[in-house]
Amino acid sequence: MLDGEGVTKYFGGLAAVSNVDFHIDQGEVVGLIGPNGSGKTTLFNLISASLVPKPGIITFKGENITGKKPYQICRMGIARTFQTVKVFANMPALQNVLIGSFFGTSARVSPAEAAREGTEALEFVGLSEVAATPAKDLTLANQKRLEVARALATKPELLLLDELMAGLNATEVSEAMELVKMIRDKGITVVMIEHVMKAIMGVCDRIMVLHHGEKIAEGTPQEIANSEKVVEVYLGEQTDA
Amino acid sequence: MTIAGIDYKKAPVLGLPLVILVLLAALPLYREIYDVILMTSILMYIILTVSWVIFSGATGYISLATGAFFGVGIYTSAILGGELPLLIVILIGGLFSSCLALLVGALTLRLRGIYFAIFTFGLVELIKHVLLWYEITFTHTRGRFVIVVDNETIYYIMLGIFVVLMITAYVIRRSRYGLALRSIGEYEEAAAHMGINVTMVKVITFGISAFFMGAAGAIMATRWTYVDPYIAFNALFSFSPVLMAIFGGMGQFYGPVLGAAIFAYLEEYLITSRISIELGTFTLKVSELYMLIFGIILLVAILFLPNGLIGLVEKVWRQISGGEREHA
Amino acid sequence: MITFLDIVIAGLLLGGLYALIAMGLSLQYGVARVLNISHGEFIMLGGLSTWALHAAFGLNPLIAVAICGPVAFLLGFIIHRVLFKKLLTSSPSLAIFESKSMLASFGLLFIIQNIALLIFGGQIKAYNFLNSPVSIGGALFGANRMVAFGFAVVIGLAFYLFLARTRMGKAIRAAAQDPATAGLMGVNINNVLAICFGFGAAMAGIAGVLISMIYPVHSAMGLEYTVIAIIVVVLGGMGSIPGSFIGGLILGIIGSIVTYFEPGLTLAAYYIIFAVLLLVRPTGIMGK
Repeated sequence: MLDGEGVTKYFGGLAAVSNVDFHIDQGEVVGLIGPNGSGKTTLFNLISASLVPKPGIITFKGENITGKKPYQICRMGIARTFQTVKVFANMPALQNVLIGSFFGTSARVSPAEAAREGTEALEFVGLSEVAATPAKDLTLANQKRLEVARALATKPELLLLDELMAGLNATEVSEAMELVKMIRDKGITVVMIEHVMKAIMGVCDRIMVLHHGEKIAEGTPQEIANSEKVVEVYLGEQTDA
Repeated sequence: MTIAGIDYKKAPVLGLPLVILVLLAALPLYREIYDVILMTSILMYIILTVSWVIFSGATGYISLATGAFFGVGIYTSAILGGELPLLIVILIGGLFSSCLALLVGALTLRLRGIYFAIFTFGLVELIKHVLLWYEITFTHTRGRFVIVVDNETIYYIMLGIFVVLMITAYVIRRSRYGLALRSIGEYEEAAAHMGINVTMVKVITFGISAFFMGAAGAIMATRWTYVDPYIAFNALFSFSPVLMAIFGGMGQFYGPVLGAAIFAYLEEYLITSRISIELGTFTLKVSELYMLIFGIILLVAILFLPNGLIGLVEKVWRQISGGEREHA
Repeated sequence: MITFLDIVIAGLLLGGLYALIAMGLSLQYGVARVLNISHGEFIMLGGLSTWALHAAFGLNPLIAVAICGPVAFLLGFIIHRVLFKKLLTSSPSLAIFESKSMLASFGLLFIIQNIALLIFGGQIKAYNFLNSPVSIGGALFGANRMVAFGFAVVIGLAFYLFLARTRMGKAIRAAAQDPATAGLMGVNINNVLAICFGFGAAMAGIAGVLISMIYPVHSAMGLEYTVIAIIVVVLGGMGSIPGSFIGGLILGIIGSIVTYFEPGLTLAAYYIIFAVLLLVRPTGIMGK
């Protein structure tokens, strides 16, 4: 459903993402891992059109989406969350989600419909109780859930989750894993950037590994766990520090 | 609870504004013409400030071009004044300003806020220069006379512009469009990724705010009766709305209105004041000091009143009522 | 007959002044992150005080450079310490600081301009200095313009060397790149920011002295120079000192060309360039 060919992005002289090919099938849950600075979030930014690949081509459901604007990407059915939470701080949680319902789809949505969908989305992620609370007063874990609800409200076919589990304790991580499974069960394809290995291994059908902007490995969780190359990259990073 | 951003509990508050409106509409009947003229000035500043806040307050992009849009309206009046019916001229003044805003917005609102700010900053000076050149080169006169309109008509037109503006601001705030606008102000990148065409929303809002500035300029010109590029394109009109909004507080309604009203009145008071200060051989007339005073007040406001007067009042109120907010 | 070369030379002479003004602003924005739209007012102060000193004491303007420069530096330093530093501590993010400081400098603009208006009055003032023409390759240029150009180049070069070679210069460059880390490395950030702001103001003041040697001055002259400085800074690349220097020279040449055809349209020409720049390459010549 989502294909990338030779996706590259330079910042000055440094290649943040270098010649990455990827292929995401519908219904999959794909993990994207790699040491810090390996280009994972940059890749997300390239897909969601915060940045434009140069060179490289990205296609979604057969259509070339390279060079489109972020709002167009969203309306086509790709939604995302952010590594640093970007909720609308002074708006109540429900209103945050309403933004997604109102503007995230190409179809026109009535206020009543949007309200209904918004409430459903909040319920889905478990935030019904705090619907009226300003987003800035929510805990970090809840803010991350809010981002997910907001993204889901745009009725995506593909959801990009950027470090959903970062900063969460063990219980919260399990809850988040459940949430991802529920999203998958709804028929939404998921690509998730994660450092929390337990989550990646437990939820993903397939994993891609980036290092210094290049894709160095791809396969099932089992294959990745056993891959010498991957282990070396992670261990190597540790000893460098 | 809010549904789609519409707070159904606020509807009865419509009563108070209506009363004020009636009082204002009847003003010429029970006050001297001097007060009518003063109120016209106050309304003008309120219009400039609220228009400015509709865009800059909502999106966070600081426009320093208010003087340019105001001036375009003034010159439209000067040029078309006698040729077309007054209301049409005012409409056209607003439209010309809008067009300029749309052009500038399309060019600069795709970029970081700082580029927008500095581009708008230079606009007043630029247009002034071009007009001066034009007048020297082609018309060989400096400045123009504007048609004369009686003070009461001027007042009512200004009042009309004010009412339309407030209704527009209200409609925007309550609408889906206003929701998009606010989300841009909260976090533009997130808003863009939620399907909002942020550039288009910014540019259109900028155009809307400029319309009212131009219309206000068009009618104000008829009171001054003579305008030239220096009078019409004055950085003071870019500065005052900023001062008034920051001082009053950037919330959508009461803050800017309060700030504008206070400063318009203060300016009138200072300009007509006969107080002077003796400093050795220097005699400082307060009437010449008002711009200096305003500059100082702006600095004080930025330093010590981050949420403006309204913010200060709210803070004090919260201390007094000892309120606590619910947490998640 | 005026040749193209004459126009270019005249442009360079003008450009030297532009470069000086822009470098000052670039320094203030690049390091202290203050977009100082009252920059032109410092130029005005330099110009008006030179006129006043010349009118009252017959003071040689070149000596005024030595007076106005340090005074302007002091003024800028104090203003930064008192005003902008406080804003820095009360701003939760850099973006908010940039907005607030720009607005504060807007207030400063009105304060300085009106103080000058009160002290000097609103009329245009001028004096004659080094008006005698000097011949370069057959064309005549005012000696005062050449002196101004010379000063601008010398100051520009001196400052560039200062940034590149001295310890303080390195501290400034470090602070411009990454204030937090520079602070951790032992650079007294507060001083560095204020010093840079002061230097920027000093450059403006000196530019004002030089300008007063050539052109008339008045209390409202600042705004136009601020706009020009901004355009040059964007042209050269925001925050790049060498960029501002080159950009200034380029804009000066363009100004000279436009003046040859239609003197009243120079600012319009600059603005068209500004608009084109924002369309195709907002980062400017030396920008990243």
